[in-house]
Parts: sequence; C-alpha cells; structure tokens
Amino acid sequence: MDWGFILERSFSAMIGPEVVVYALAAVGLNVHFGYTGLMNFGQVGFMAAGAYGVGVSVYWLGWNFWVGILFSFVYAAILALLLGIPTLRLRADYLSLVTIAASETIRLLARSRVMQPYTGGVEGVNQFAGPFYDLSPFELGKFYSIGPFKYLGRDVWMLIVGWTLLILITLMVRQLMRSPWGRTLRAIREDEDATRALGKNAYYYKMQALMLGGIIGGVAGTLQVIQKASVQADTFNPVITFTIWTILIIGGPGRVWSPIVGSSIYWTLIVFIENTLRQLPPGVRTTLEDTVQLSDFNIAMLRFILVGLGLLLLARYRPQGIFGSREEMALDRR
Amino acid sequence: MTAVNSAAPDTPIVTATGVVKSFGGLRAVDVDKLEIQRNKITALIGPNGAGKTTFFNLLTGFDQVDTGVITLDGEDITGTAPHRLAAKGMVRTFQLTKALAKLSTIENMKLGALHQRGEKFWSALIPGMWSKQDREVEARADAILQRFNLTHMRDEYAGTMSGGQRKLLEMARALMTDPRVVMLDEPMAGVNPALAQSLLELIKLLPGEGRTVIFVEHNMDVVQEISDWVVVMAEGKIIAQGTPAEIKSNKAVVDAYLGAHHGEDLSKVELS
Repeated sequence: MDWGFILERSFSAMIGPEVVVYALAAVGLNVHFGYTGLMNFGQVGFMAAGAYGVGVSVYWLGWNFWVGILFSFVYAAILALLLGIPTLRLRADYLSLVTIAASETIRLLARSRVMQPYTGGVEGVNQFAGPFYDLSPFELGKFYSIGPFKYLGRDVWMLIVGWTLLILITLMVRQLMRSPWGRTLRAIREDEDATRALGKNAYYYKMQALMLGGIIGGVAGTLQVIQKASVQADTFNPVITFTIWTILIIGGPGRVWSPIVGSSIYWTLIVFIENTLRQLPPGVRTTLEDTVQLSDFNIAMLRFILVGLGLLLLARYRPQGIFGSREEMALDRR
Repeated sequence: MTAVNSAAPDTPIVTATGVVKSFGGLRAVDVDKLEIQRNKITALIGPNGAGKTTFFNLLTGFDQVDTGVITLDGEDITGTAPHRLAAKGMVRTFQLTKALAKLSTIENMKLGALHQRGEKFWSALIPGMWSKQDREVEARADAILQRFNLTHMRDEYAGTMSGGQRKLLEMARALMTDPRVVMLDEPMAGVNPALAQSLLELIKLLPGEGRTVIFVEHNMDVVQEISDWVVVMAEGKIIAQGTPAEIKSNKAVVDAYLGAHHGEDLSKVELS
C-alpha cells in the first residue's frame, strides 16, 4: 500500500474544492435549518439555480460571464421567493415537501429535450468559465505542492477565491446571527407563535432567511460549476442535498463553523476510505472480492456505507455534532 | 415604565361586538357584546370548552372571526395579524408556556422590545447602527427581570427554568413590548403556590402603570383576589358578568360550573 499517496490525497481533500462547495451550501442550510428551523430538503435546487444562472446566461443569452454570476444569485433569490410564498405561512412540513419536489423539478426540466436550447439538456453547458480562469495567476495545467497538499493550478485559483468567499460569508452569517435580526430567527425556530405575539412578522423573517440561505446555496452551485467548467443537470440530484444535511449534522446545526468543519471531515473520510480500499494488499483484496464482491464499482458504494456507519456512531455518541452543546440538545426533551 | 393612554379613562379599551366563530357545526364563540374597562383587571372564566381560549385567540389575531367586530381603543382591529397588534400595544401570553428554550433568559427578554433597528436585515450587518439601542433594551430588560425576581437566571437557557419561572418570564417578556393591554391565558396554571402569590402581586401592579389586564383562569380564588370585573363564558356565550362578589353568588355561574342540578337527586331530575 502506498500510504504516502493515500495521505496526500486525504490531506488535499481536507481543504479541497468539494469542501468549499459543500461547506458553502451547508452555510446556507445552516441559515435555514440551524438558525431558523426551516426544513429545506432541496438545497441542491438552489445550487442548480446558481449554476444554471451563470451557465444559461452565458450559453443561451450570450451575456458576459460576470453579469451571469450576478444573475445566478438573483435566480437563487427568485427561487426562494417562489418556494416561500406558498409554503411559509403553512406548517413547517410543507416547505420540506415543496423544496424536495422543486429541486427535482429543476433537474428534470433542465435535462429535458424541451429545454435543450436553453440549458443544453443532458449535455449541459460547457466552456463558459473562461473569464474566471483568465484571472488566474497560476498555470492552470501545472501541479502545485504546498506541504502535504497538492493541486492543479486551476484548482489552486478556485480554492483561493472559494475559501475567501466561504470565510467572508461565514463571518457575515456570524455577525447576522449575533444581531437582533438573528435573535428573531432563532426565536422563530424555538416557537413561531410566541415570536409573532411579540410583534415580529415571522413570515417576513422566514422569507428573508430562506432567501439568504438560498443565495448562499446559489453561490455554492456557481462555484461548483466553475470548478468543473460544466453545468450538468444530473449532478444536481437529491443525494447532494442529503450530503449537505450530513455535513451540517456532523458539525452541529446552528453553529457558525459547523459547515466548514463538517464538510472537511466528510470529504477527508470519503477520500481516505476510497483510496485505502483501492490500495488494499492483494491478499486482502482478493478475500474481500470473494466474500463481499468488492469491485471497483462497489468501492464507491462501500465508502458511503462506511460514512453511514460513522454517522450512526455519531448519532449514538455525539448527537449534537462536533460543535453542538449537549446541554442545549437536552432542552429539546424537556 | 409608562404606557400610552390616549382616550378618556372611562371608555372601554377593548370591545367585541357580534363575534362569532364556528368550527364545523360547533359554535365555539358567540359573543353579542363585551366591553373591557380600561386599566382594570378583567377575568374570563368558564368551564372547559366554554370557548375562552378561542375567544382569546380571536381578540389577539391568532384566529379569525366568522363575523363580528373587535376594537382596540376605538380602532377596528378585526382580522389584524398578531405582530401588528403587538405593535399597537396588545400583547398576549399562552396557556402552554412558550419560553424560547434555546435562547437565554436575557435574549428572551430583549426579543420582546419593539422597533429594534438591529432587527432589520441590512442594519443587522452593521453593529454601529443598533448597538446603542440594544444596550438600552438590555437595561430595560434587566430592570424588568429584577422586578420579576429572575435576575439569577439572566444568562441561563430559558429551557432550564421551572414551569413557574417560565410563566414569570413569559409575562416579563410581554411587558418588554410596553403594552396597553396584557392578555394572560391561564397565568397560574402549573405554578407552585409561593410563586403564584408573587405572580399575582405583579399582575396587580399593572393597572397602576396604565395597563389593562385580561386573563383566563380556572381558579376561583385567584379570580376573587385580583379581578375588578369577571366575565363568565359557557358554550361560547357570555352568560354573566359583574364584580367578583356578584359572580360568586350568581346562580347561572354556579350552574355552569357545577351543573344545573348539582345537589339534587338525579333520579328525580326530568331529562329535557
């Protein structure tokens, strides 16, 4: 086994492009669920709105890339409005139903033949992210090694921009949640009626939270397609949403740094497990292949099974997540 | 502590006229006329299912009337949303206490203050725009906490409080809105006797600050002790009202509570 390679991959995954994208999406979900109590099961829909926002603007409308970026946030905000207007006055579960349905609707619509002229259908949209990489001070195709980390030049550039955005947005959310505005959101999470009785328009606050978290999800989607340099409908499937939930729960909902740490742990584990499994000593490998039919394909499945096992253990021994407080968790049961 | 008091002292502050609310075939509330006197403590009593809480919900905007008109200080407030009513000076508490468990006691209190600049999204981003006001709100919250004897719980999660302390907190938090009308839904339910007494004393102080109190209660001793006026509901209707002494000796009230034939031999009662 090449432990050097496994560790290099794992270290690089710790702060890699996936971590940034999923952490951003989880920051958005944290605004929804962690602070406001909104059950959004369609965060991937907001990512898709952001991704197609820029992709479609450049591909179909022929707009400038940077204008497209701006509009991708507008699309995510509009999606939040569309989802929020009919559901936020209703009981909490309606939002979860509508968000999961809407995220699938977006994916299926984007890949449909009808929409092909606008979204590129199943092929999606490619070659729109050029202006982003034109600004890169790094050689795009060259590998850069910094300590245990090793990335392509294009990824180094994306990581610098991505981490800057992620930190700025996290600090912004922290500031908001320390303000009376954030206090009102947390109050709505605890009890909406009590908050309304104290003169707060809960509907209005929930809409603001849905839009803010949705726009942050849109930023995540935009960043993801810039990194991949293509927008593919099928990458925006519901599994992404549940991965984002997993990340938030690992970190602990309602805590500022949870999304970043949760995302980092999740992706480090995934990459570590995958690379370890692929490099098992031949003897062990053959045994596993015979007993559990461990093929290359099944390795991809197995790493999710192992992460699932980890989640089970987390739920059993540390249900509040990394940053959550057990004391606070116990309050729910009183 | 001050409360705004505009109209003449003897005009009613809250009125309900022809208020009807049905759930399916059931007329939960059917009130022809009710006037709540300004700066007095009015008790709303009645047996279970009399429609007290539904009526409360109608007055506070948490439920909508089928027909009828509700006014606050002469202004028609029928169908006004709860958060608007709070801004107009009408605040309520709940039968099942709603302490915001994962907010600290002081945060619970500060939430109650109206018109906070920091509650607006864009100003929330810039602490300089609201931190001064926030300190004023905090000072006011601390003063009320002191009065309610909750200062020792200031920085604890509200969820760690006892049932009685939560009732105190909910009332204290309601006072943060500086209300003209305080509506308390069963403020004594589940409160131990010692705490109940201090809660009663706190309620008694409110009219002197220019606040009107309307409360729902089951315990007749409590009603006798603090109310200026008692309104009795049964089956959605107001069946009697008067001073506590009058109500105590009212036959209709005793019938509603204990049944029309209490003390009689049931075998001799004619079924109607």
